[in-house]
Amino acid sequence: MGRKEKEHADTARGKRLDTRPQFSKNLLTIAMVAAIYGLVSYLVYSGNASRQLSNMLISISVYVILAVSLNLVVGLLGELSLGHAGFMSVGLFSGCLFSIATADMMPLTLRLPLAMLVGGLVAAIFGLLIGLPALRLKGDYLAIVTLACGEIIKNVITNLDITGGALGLDTGTIYSNTKTLLPFAIILVFITTIAMMNLKNSKHGRAIMAIRDNRIAAESTGINITYFKLTVFIISAFFAGAAGVLYGHSFANVKAATFDYNMSIEILVIVVLGGMGSVRGSIIAAILLQVLPEALREFSDYRMLAYSVLLIVIMLLNASPKFAELKGRWSIGNLIRHLRKNKAQEVANHE
Amino acid sequence: MSKIPASPLVPYPSKAMIPERDLDAVPVLETHHLGIDFGGLTAVDDFSLTVGKTEIAGLIGPNGAGKTTVFNLLTNVYQPTRGSIMINGFSSAGKSTAQVNRLGIARTFQNIRLFSNMSVIDNVKVGMHNSTKESLLAALTHTFGYGKAEKIANERALELLDFLGLADLASATSGSLPYGAQRRLEIVRALATNPRILLLDEPAAGMNPSETMELMENIRNIRDTFGIAIMLIEHDMSLVMGICEGICVLNYGKIIAKGTPDDIRSNPTVIEAYLGKRGAKKEC
Amino acid sequence: MIHFVQTLISGLSLGSIYALIALGYTMVYGIAKMLNFAHGDIIMVGAYAVIVVVFQLAMPAYIAILVSILVCAVLGVTIERLAYKPLRQSPPLTVLITAIGVSYLLQNVALLVFGSEQKAFPQIFSFPAVNIGQVSIDGITLATLIVTAVIMVLLTLFINNTKLGKAMRAVSEDKEAAGLMGISTNRTITITFAIGSALAAIASIFYGATYVYIKPTTGSMPGIKAFTAAVFGGIGSIPGAMLGGILLGVIEQLSKTYVSTLWSDAIVFGVLVIVLVVKPTGLLGKQINEKV
Repeated sequence: MGRKEKEHADTARGKRLDTRPQFSKNLLTIAMVAAIYGLVSYLVYSGNASRQLSNMLISISVYVILAVSLNLVVGLLGELSLGHAGFMSVGLFSGCLFSIATADMMPLTLRLPLAMLVGGLVAAIFGLLIGLPALRLKGDYLAIVTLACGEIIKNVITNLDITGGALGLDTGTIYSNTKTLLPFAIILVFITTIAMMNLKNSKHGRAIMAIRDNRIAAESTGINITYFKLTVFIISAFFAGAAGVLYGHSFANVKAATFDYNMSIEILVIVVLGGMGSVRGSIIAAILLQVLPEALREFSDYRMLAYSVLLIVIMLLNASPKFAELKGRWSIGNLIRHLRKNKAQEVANHE
Repeated sequence: MSKIPASPLVPYPSKAMIPERDLDAVPVLETHHLGIDFGGLTAVDDFSLTVGKTEIAGLIGPNGAGKTTVFNLLTNVYQPTRGSIMINGFSSAGKSTAQVNRLGIARTFQNIRLFSNMSVIDNVKVGMHNSTKESLLAALTHTFGYGKAEKIANERALELLDFLGLADLASATSGSLPYGAQRRLEIVRALATNPRILLLDEPAAGMNPSETMELMENIRNIRDTFGIAIMLIEHDMSLVMGICEGICVLNYGKIIAKGTPDDIRSNPTVIEAYLGKRGAKKEC
Repeated sequence: MIHFVQTLISGLSLGSIYALIALGYTMVYGIAKMLNFAHGDIIMVGAYAVIVVVFQLAMPAYIAILVSILVCAVLGVTIERLAYKPLRQSPPLTVLITAIGVSYLLQNVALLVFGSEQKAFPQIFSFPAVNIGQVSIDGITLATLIVTAVIMVLLTLFINNTKLGKAMRAVSEDKEAAGLMGISTNRTITITFAIGSALAAIASIFYGATYVYIKPTTGSMPGIKAFTAAVFGGIGSIPGAMLGGILLGVIEQLSKTYVSTLWSDAIVFGVLVIVLVVKPTGLLGKQINEKV
C-alpha cells in the first residue's frame, strides 16, 4: 500500500501544475490598470487633461469599483443582484456624514480613507442584512428582493433629515476636485481589483464558483452555502460603499434618488458586457460605458438611443456561435500565443 | 485493537469530529428504521442497514425502488421523517448536507454533478475545501499562508487525480471531459473530502464491459488504499456480484433482502421483484 | 370607515392596473421563461398611441383604444422576434440585459419623438361617479375594476378551456415535450407576447385615464412595481399575478393614505421582502423541487 501511494505522489510531483497562466493573466490586468492611471495622472497633474476628462475620472473609477464588486455576486456566485446602488448609497451617506462631521478635525488625507472605511463597513452591515433574506431565495426571486431593498434604502434615506431629505446632502464642505481625489481613487481601485482577483483564485473563490455551478454538489462536498452567500454579499457591499464615499466627495450635493434601480441596472449591464466573472472585463466595460456616451456627445440627442441599440446588438452578437468563434480567434491570448510561436520559429530558423 | 492505518493520502479525520473513540468498534454507517414520506407517498420505509469499516456494499433494486432516495437521506439532502442515521457512531440528525459530509460521508450523483465551468483540478480542490487551511484574509491578500496552503492543495489534488488516471487532464475544463472521465472525476472529488464511506450512485451507468472492469478494479483499489467503505447503487449485476461483499435489495422503498451475493442471487423474492413471477435469472 | 373603504377601492383600482401589467409579465415568464423588462415601456407606448390617435389624427376614442391595443401587440411580437427569439438558448441573464436594452430603446425613441415634457392623456371616458351609501366611487376607478375583473375571468377561461390555452400551459411546463406533441412553440410564444402586450395596452388606457400625464419614463416604475407584483404572487402563476397586483395596489394606496406618500414605496417593498422571506416562491408560486 505504501509503495503505490509513493508512486502516485512521485507522478504528481512530476506533473507540477502550471499556475502561471492565471498569475500572468492577473498581472496583465494590474499592468493595464497601472498604465491607464499612469497616463491619466500625467495628463491631470501636468494640466493637460481636458475638463471633460477631468470631470469623468473619479466617476469612472467609482464605476470600475462598483462593477468589479458586483461581479463577485453576479459573475462568481451566479446570483442576480439588482440593488447594488443601494449599498453604494448607504456607504456614501454614512461615510460622507462622517467626513462632514470630522471635517475640522482631520485633513483629507486621513479623513477620506477613514470615511471610506466607515462607509464600507456600514454598507457591509447592509450587505449582511440583505444577504439574510436572500439566502432562502433563488434566481428571479432573489433579484426582486435585492431590487426592493435598494428601493427601500433609497426611500428611507430620502426621508431622513440627517441626510438632507429630498434636497439631498450638502457635501460642499467636503467637496474636493479631481486632482485631490485621484490618488485615493487609484488606491481604492487597485485594492478592490487585487482583492477580487485574489479571491477568485483562492479556496473561497473556488467554493463560491462551485455554488454557482452546482449548488447541490457544492453542499455535498462540505461547503457551507450560507457562509459563502453572506460573505459574498458583505464583501461586495463593502467595496460598493467605499466607492460611494469617494463618489460623494466629488460632488457638492448628493441625492439618494440618484442611486436607484436604474443605476443598479447600469452596473449590471457593465458586468454582463465585460463578461461574468472577468475582473478585467468589468474594468474595460466600465471605462467604455462611461466614456462612450461622453464621446458620442455630438450626437447628444441620439446617444442614448445609440447606446441602447448597441447594447441589444452586442447581446445578440454574443449569443451567435459565429461571433464566439471570431472572438476566440482574435482574443489577446491567441495573439500572444501566435507571437510566441513566431518567435520560436525565428529562433529555430537562425540555428 | 488496530486503528485505521495512517496513509499519507488520507490524513486522520480531525480530532474535533471524532475524538478518542476507537473507530474499529463502530461500524462506519448504521441506519435504524429510516423512512421518509413525501406528502402522502412513502418513498422509503423501515430501512435498517449496517456497513462495516472497509466493506464494499451494494444497494440494488428495480427502477423507482428508492435507492437514490436512500442516498439522499443518508446525506441529509432530505431530512428523514422517521428513523436515525449514525455515521462513525455520530448521529447525523438535524445536520445540513455540508455538516454530514464533514462527518465522513461523501457521494457521487446519478446524473453527474460536476462544477462544469471549473477546471478538473479545481473540482478536486473544492473537495479538499475543508482540509485546506486558508483563511479569508489569506484568500484576499494571497499571503498569510496562502502559498503554502495552495501548494499542499495542488499536490494532493494531483495525487488524487493520478490515482484514477486523470492527472493529465488537470487543467481541462471539467465540462469538456468525456463521459467516463467525468464520472471518475466525480469520484476523485468525493474522495478529496476525506470520507470514511463513499456512496457511488450508478458509477457504471453508460459504461461498456471493459470500462466496467476497470471501474471494479478502481473501486477495490480505493477501498484498499484509503481503508474506507464503499456503498454503490448499481443496475449492472456483473459489477455488483463481482465486487460487493454485502448486498441490500430494495423494492418499493422497503428492504426485501440482505446478504452476500450468493444469498441474493438465489433469493426468490429478489428475482420476483426484478422479473415478476417468471423467475428467470437476470443479467443486466 | 368610509374613508377606509374609499381608500381600499382606490387601492383596488391601482392594483388592477398593476395586475393587468403583471399578467403580461407572468404569462411571458411562464411560457418563454424570460423576464421581459421592456414590458413596462410597452404601456408607455400604448398611452402615446392613444394620445396620437385622439389629438393628432382626431379620431374617436374607441378607435384610439383599438389602435393602441394593436400597436402594442404588434410591438410586443416584433420585439420578441427580433431581440428575444435569437437568444432562446442563451443564459437568462443575457436575455434580461437585452430586454433592458429594448426598454431603454423604447424610452429613448419616445423621448425623441414626443419630447420629455409630459403630455396629457385625452379624456376619453366620462363615467359618472357611483354613490353607494356614503361611499363615492370614481367612474374611472369603477370602470378599471370591472374591466380588469372581466379580463381576468376571460383569461382564466381561455387558459383552461381552449386548445390554444392548453398549448400555452404545455409549453410553459415543458417546451421540448410540447414541441414533440406537435405544438408549435414559436407560434405559442408569439401569441403569448401578443396577448401580454395587448393587456399592457388596456392597462395603459386605464393608467392614462387615471393619472393623466404621460412621459417617456412613465412605464418604468409601474413596470417595476408590476414585476414585483408578479414575483410577489408567484412568477408564472396567472392567479398569482392577479393577486399580487391587487394586493400591491391596495398596500400602496393604504400606505399613501394612512402613513405618508413619502414612505409608501418603502412600505410596499418592505411587505414584499417579508412575504418572500416567509414564502420564498411567492404567494401562489409553485415549489419547484430539483431532482437530486
